[in-house]
This record gives sequence, structure tokens and C-alpha cells, in this order.
Amino acid sequence: MKNSKSTIVKQNSMEKRLTEFFIMLAGLWQFQWQFLKQIFIPPFEIDQIRKHMDELGIKTLPIVSVTGFIIGLVITMQMQPVMVRFGAEAFLPGAVGISIVRELAPVITALIFAGRVSSGIGAELGSMRVTEQIDAMEVSAVNPFKYLVITRVFATTFILPILTVYVIFIAFLGSYIAVVLVQNMSYSYYVDSVISSVEFGDAIPGVLKTFVFGFIVGIVGTYKGYTATNGTEGVGKAATTAVVVSSLMILIFDMVLVKVTLWLWPTV
Amino acid sequence: MDMKNVVDIVGVSKAFGSHVVLDNVSLKVEEGENMIVFGQSGTGKSVLLKCIVRLLEPDSGRIFIEDTNVLTLGVKELNNVRKNLGFLFQGAALYDSMTVRENLEFPLIRHYNFTHLEREEKIKSVLEKVSLEEAIDKMPSELSGGMKKRIGLARSIIAEPKLMLYDEPTTGLDPITSKEISSLILELQKSLKMTSIVVTHDLLCAEIIADRAIVLNEGIVQHEGTITELTTSKDPFLRNFFSHEIIEEQNRSSNV
Repeated sequence: MKNSKSTIVKQNSMEKRLTEFFIMLAGLWQFQWQFLKQIFIPPFEIDQIRKHMDELGIKTLPIVSVTGFIIGLVITMQMQPVMVRFGAEAFLPGAVGISIVRELAPVITALIFAGRVSSGIGAELGSMRVTEQIDAMEVSAVNPFKYLVITRVFATTFILPILTVYVIFIAFLGSYIAVVLVQNMSYSYYVDSVISSVEFGDAIPGVLKTFVFGFIVGIVGTYKGYTATNGTEGVGKAATTAVVVSSLMILIFDMVLVKVTLWLWPTV
Repeated sequence: MDMKNVVDIVGVSKAFGSHVVLDNVSLKVEEGENMIVFGQSGTGKSVLLKCIVRLLEPDSGRIFIEDTNVLTLGVKELNNVRKNLGFLFQGAALYDSMTVRENLEFPLIRHYNFTHLEREEKIKSVLEKVSLEEAIDKMPSELSGGMKKRIGLARSIIAEPKLMLYDEPTTGLDPITSKEISSLILELQKSLKMTSIVVTHDLLCAEIIADRAIVLNEGIVQHEGTITELTTSKDPFLRNFFSHEIIEEQNRSSNV
């Protein structure tokens, strides 16, 4: 009897969660639609976009630098014995380079960016919502959606690709140091090997998809913050769910975009 | 002489789900008048203010501000109406990522073609009115509750609105600061010739500011009159309501 009761409670809570999830997806879709509708209407708040790009770039630069460096270093150290086993150690820089450029740097930078920025935006806008700052803006005849949402989404969409290119170079630095540590390879051989293996076509899809990831981070963070309710509890919830939802969406979209890339450029 | 109605609320209703907050509320506020809205917590006082500026959409009814039904306006026209009104929020709602100066110039930069010098003059003059000239470069987090309210007030009146809406302007303040803010509201209203609607629980504040008051209860305007008429009424609800207010007032005064 007790067991069946707890099963019913679990089912109900599962149903409730699923319903909430689909309501959230519908809300996010509407929010994104509003973004697309308002994006071409002046004023464009260029100064705000620039300010947010500066802030977000500076805020995430240290963490992505460290992560990029470590990823390059670790992946090289991990792959070196495997390449030796197959007698292909000369291809190590190329193999590491391709994995960094096509997948590791874009996805890891996006996930770190989501953790750092999406939660920050969610908390900031959430706190503005519950303290009536967004209402105050609206009453003063300023469109808060344009001023707070569009500017931030633009900033995240355009700063993430820049950060990704930077992380690619930092990861190469980490990888080179690992190569020097585990294998006696000259700098010029390493660079030649990377250049001959990694084509420009590898970098384009990798960097292009980060525009989508940046958009996801911005739109999810602003949506969660802008629609926050229930006081300070709501602000905390907005911040955490923004990270979870944006990280999950980045991974799902990565899967889709990899498939699309391979379909569009089969030889790449 | 007939006074012009600045605000005319006709049969406004608003419900959240099955909970009816405003039930066919009608209210007229004349030009230059200070109207106080009393009521217990949760009786829809703030909802009424938010409906007037359309932060909330009423379910039915009409709201006229200077003969324009704001409920039928598009975004552009609504914003033109909003430029002529000020709203002081309960927690002041200062933009906490901006300094006091940036808070004050925010509406000016966006709606008016003032030069930098003209803007500076306006900011200084409005800060002088609220006696906080020294706070110009401070962040909201560096200000006390009373100071925040004053800066919020300064931001609301910087564009010299014709209509001011106050949502509990003295809540959370000690009686001395509360009296200061109330006197300041009255002073500004007289010097700028504004019409005001003030939602408050604070009897002291109401006594200083009010020309007329209404009491909202169970979603309807249950009583209307001057403060003296309401506080001396024999009506059981009003006697009960104002005795609580007076006890609260005395408690707050003795805590200072």
C-alpha cells in the first residue's frame, strides 16, 4: 500500500517536471521569437553591446585560458602512448590539432562560457526582475527587452567565437609543451605538422558553430532571468537552471551541427 | 470651477487565476490632487497602480489618463503617455549596476535632446531638491533605505511628470525618515504641480500628503473621503483598520 502510494507520488512529480520542462521550452521559443521580431527595430544600443562584449570577454578570459592550456596539454599526453603503440607518433600534432580545432576547443569553451556567463546573466536579470528594476525601466518608456536582452544575446553570440579562436591557440601552446615534455620534437616540426594536418576547412565549421552556442548561452540566460519569479529563491533558480539548460542545449546542438557539417562538407 | 480629471478608472477588474484582486473598481483623481489608496495587504493596491501604467493588463474596464484610454494604446503611444508620469517603486528600484548620476540621466538620454551641460544641471537641481547632492557618484549599494527612496523619487521627477504614482513610499523606513519623505513628496507635488496617487499603509504619511483617500477591501473601493472622515468614521471595518494603523504607528515611534 505504502509502496504504491510512493510510486504514485513519484509519477506525479515526474509528470509535473515534464510539464514544467515543456512549458519552459514553449516559453523559450516565444522569447526567441520576440528577440527575432525586435532585433531590427531601433534603437540598437550599440554601446551596451560593446560594453557587454568587453565585460563578458574579460570575465571569461582567465578561466578559458587555463582550461584551453590544460586541455591541449592533457589530450597530447593521453594520445602520445596510443600513437606510439600504432607507430604513428609523427602524426601526434596533427591528430591533436584536428580534435582541438573541430571539437574540443569549441565545445569546451562554450560549456565553460555557459557556466560562467549564463548563470551570471540569469542572476543579474533575475535580481532586476524581482526588485522591480525591469518594471521601472518599462515605466520610464524604455524597452527593457531591447536594452537588457537583445544587447546581451548579441554580445554572447559574437564574443564566444572570438574566445574559441583564442582557446584554440592556447590549447596548441599546451599541446606543444606536452610534446616537448614527452617526446623530443622541435618547434618548427610541430608547427609544420599542425599546419599540414589541420586545414582551414576544419576550423570553419568548428568556429561557426560557436555562434550558435553563444546565442544559446545568451538567450537561455536572459530568458531565465527575465522571467524569474518568487524573490531571491527565484533568482537562484534562474541562475542554476540557466547553466543546466544552456549546457544541455549546447551538447544537443553540437550533435546536430556535427551531422549537418559532415553532410554539407563531406570531404572536410 | 470644475477640476479636470487626470486619472479616470472605470470598472477595472483584475484576477490572478481564480483569485479576484480588483472587482469593478472605479476612481477619479482630479488635477493637482493627492489621492491616498489604503487597504490591507493583498487587497490589490499595488495591482491598481500597475494597471494604471499597464505593467499589468486589467481583465476588463477602462483607464483614462488625461482623456486617453491607456488600455487601447499601442506600444509607441503608451510610451508617450509613460513619459509624462513618474512611478516610485516600493524598493525604489534603482538600477544597481549604475551610479546615481547614471540612474538619473537614464530617462533623459533616451527621451530628450538635452546637451551634456543641460543634463548635468537637471541632475544637480533634482538632487538638490532631495538634499542628496553628495550622492551623485555613489552606487545604489552604498545608499541607505531612505537615501534610495530619495534618489528613486529624484529619478521619477527628473522629467517633471504631470502624474506621480507612489507604491508604499515610506515602507521600511523609521518614522523620522518616513516623515521627511512624506514632507518631501508634498513639497515636490506643490512646486511641480503634480497629481499623485499614493499607495500606503502609513497613516502619518497619509495625514501629511492626502487631499482625499480611498480604502480598498475585497477588490472594491469600500470607503472614500478625507483622512479625518475615514479615521473618525463609526464603520466597524474602518475603526478596526485605522486602530491597527495607529497602534503600528505608535509601536514604530516608540522603537526609535
